[in-house]
Amino acid sequence: MRRVYLDNNATTPVLPEVIEAMRPYFGERFGNASSIHHHGQDTRAAVENARESMATLLGCRASEVVFTSGGTESDNLAVAGLVAAGDHVITSSIEHHAVLHACKHLEEIGCEVTYLPVDGRSLIDPDDVRRALRPNTKLVTVIMANNETGVLQPVEEIGKIAAEADVYFHTDAVQAAGKVPIDVKKIRCDALSISGHKIHAPQGTGALYVRKGTHIQPLFYGGRHERSRRAGTENVPGIVALGKAAELALQGFANGNDRTMAASRDRLQQGILAQVDEAGVNGEGASRVPNTTNIYFDHIEGEALVIALDLKGLAVSTGAACSSGAIEPSHVLTAMGLRADRARSSLRFSLGKQSTAEDVEFALALVPKTVARLRELSPVYRKTATSC
Amino acid sequence: MNTKAIAVAMSGGVDSSTVAAMLRAEGHNVIGLTMQLWNQRRLAGHEGMPESVKGRCCSLDDVYDARRVAEHIGIPYYVVNHEERFERDVVRPFVEEYLSGRTPIPCSLCNNHLKFDQLLIVAQQIGAEQVATGHYARVAYDEARRRWLLKRPADHSKDQTYFLFGLTQEQLSRTLFPLGDMTKPQVRELARKQGLALAEKPDSQEICFVPGGDYKRFIDAYLADRGESLPDTAGELVTTSGEVIGEHGGIHNFTVGQRKGLGVATGSPLYVIQISGADKQVIVGGDEHLYSRTLRARRLNLISVDGLREPMRVSVKIRHRHEPAPGMIEKVGEDEVTVTFDQPQRAITPGQAAVFYDDDIVVGGAWIA
Repeated sequence: MRRVYLDNNATTPVLPEVIEAMRPYFGERFGNASSIHHHGQDTRAAVENARESMATLLGCRASEVVFTSGGTESDNLAVAGLVAAGDHVITSSIEHHAVLHACKHLEEIGCEVTYLPVDGRSLIDPDDVRRALRPNTKLVTVIMANNETGVLQPVEEIGKIAAEADVYFHTDAVQAAGKVPIDVKKIRCDALSISGHKIHAPQGTGALYVRKGTHIQPLFYGGRHERSRRAGTENVPGIVALGKAAELALQGFANGNDRTMAASRDRLQQGILAQVDEAGVNGEGASRVPNTTNIYFDHIEGEALVIALDLKGLAVSTGAACSSGAIEPSHVLTAMGLRADRARSSLRFSLGKQSTAEDVEFALALVPKTVARLRELSPVYRKTATSC
Repeated sequence: MNTKAIAVAMSGGVDSSTVAAMLRAEGHNVIGLTMQLWNQRRLAGHEGMPESVKGRCCSLDDVYDARRVAEHIGIPYYVVNHEERFERDVVRPFVEEYLSGRTPIPCSLCNNHLKFDQLLIVAQQIGAEQVATGHYARVAYDEARRRWLLKRPADHSKDQTYFLFGLTQEQLSRTLFPLGDMTKPQVRELARKQGLALAEKPDSQEICFVPGGDYKRFIDAYLADRGESLPDTAGELVTTSGEVIGEHGGIHNFTVGQRKGLGVATGSPLYVIQISGADKQVIVGGDEHLYSRTLRARRLNLISVDGLREPMRVSVKIRHRHEPAPGMIEKVGEDEVTVTFDQPQRAITPGQAAVFYDDDIVVGGAWIA
């Protein structure tokens, strides 16, 4: 069966160039980057080259890049590492759980947290950030691009407000990296999270930008790796891969790949909406990353639609998987004010560098007819249809 | 492979896992589905509720077991979330029945509203016309009657037809019970042969969402979780001759036939004979008062016949562990029947089901009023 993968906000395949770049570091180039001998020097160079590549992608210095095990660790390091008991934190209601649950933990250890609301397009009002500031505010943390809708937050405006108030600003850029250019100077952030597997590097790799001069309390205790900000022997193959993925992301912007991807996404979105009535885009009218569209299909359960599509070879997603693997309504869509049934009827389509025009056509041939079939079999839809 | 897909309702237990493995081995296109019905951690922290629950329906361990079976036999597997429906159609009514002085059977409600309703819809939506479960029962189409029949399984000790009396013709026509001709030891043997790691997993016994079987604590915890308070259903303990002999703390603490926990000491053993929801009275008396020859039941569902135009001779089961007792059923209202037993039956309990059998065939059933 042909399988088409349009769930790249969940994870992306490691690109062949990235696999090639990391391959030597599993076998012949195996040194511990902290060792003083030849083997250590060899891998140290590889790690520092990767650090420079990542710094170039983010517009920062190499020394400001801390390699981590992924987006969740980066978010936790930033959120937990910049505040202490008694501090106040400002965040939003549409953060990834890596930030949201880290903030819940902060509340348990004596911090105060303000969760800002969003409008119907899932946008935060920067004035809300300003109004939420208190004398003990220590950190503002706002997601740069939301994982479910792809909507980009006004991080530059928020960064300015935070800088003027002299509070730390962290942004979770896991879903923005590689999709839109990032310049930490423009954002004026003190910390910024990156996940490797969202930009075609392997799972278990990530980075945190930490602005020079920012003291961050580490999560782990051990050796003085990563300038004492992240103890533990470096994951050299993973770091090399992340560096390569960062290079490829930059090349992609130079080649206009983001515009091409936006065109494919728009073709997919418009193609679906042209064939399906009572459907629409969540986050319509807001600026989005080029690879994501989130569409609601009234009168159906997104869960059944995702399963039906998977059985026909198309991988997409809906809501958030709880620990059992069952789907719970998305907190992001709910925060945007969507009715519970509409939130449950919403699907996320997200493209990757490997996605082709044929992939989009495959989805266009499959999604509308599957939605029609589900609606035909839905007791809710039948009732609505006959009562009209 | 272009054979029609069959969805298997997988609970993570031996029975449904074996069904999935059997159908897969027979070459069917099998899709595994687990219904997430109740968050076992939801009431954790309330008094008497455990912090973690192992080996129960919808626990993470069970989902893990079901998923590992699906991986082992090589079928696609999904967990579908029906928590809202389960709470609305099973948990809520369960609590309300107890608070009204009746003794509910949540398993039948779950079968009627979830397993053979929502799950059939999901199955159809994802391309599976039929759903197979691990119930011990048999289903067959009868040409002469032109009806789908529900029958008792070969292994009467595992018979689950009592919980399935609410199934409609449409539901039965799309249901498979592959274990109907097998005994439990045979099922375990087959599970071992298929290499299923859970072949020796113990059977589940209690109501899946009530930890430790303590339904009173569950009701307290559930209402507290909902921010509701337990309604005051305390009242008098009254003998069958009308004498008030004490007080009780709430009618939901009692079930017909109960002997322990009445809080009064008398010379001869006393039993709960009747619970009166309207005036909150619990009527108690000697064992001899527990016997009755008749009952009335509502919300009738018929399976083997399309109507009850005249009284019919059947055997009737009034609780899951009850040997069917011969008697006559007669329709007395739109969806109401009376049952007249040949011999008086002990502890006929409102809220339970009366299920009618013609030998091994389930004629139908209704809820005891």
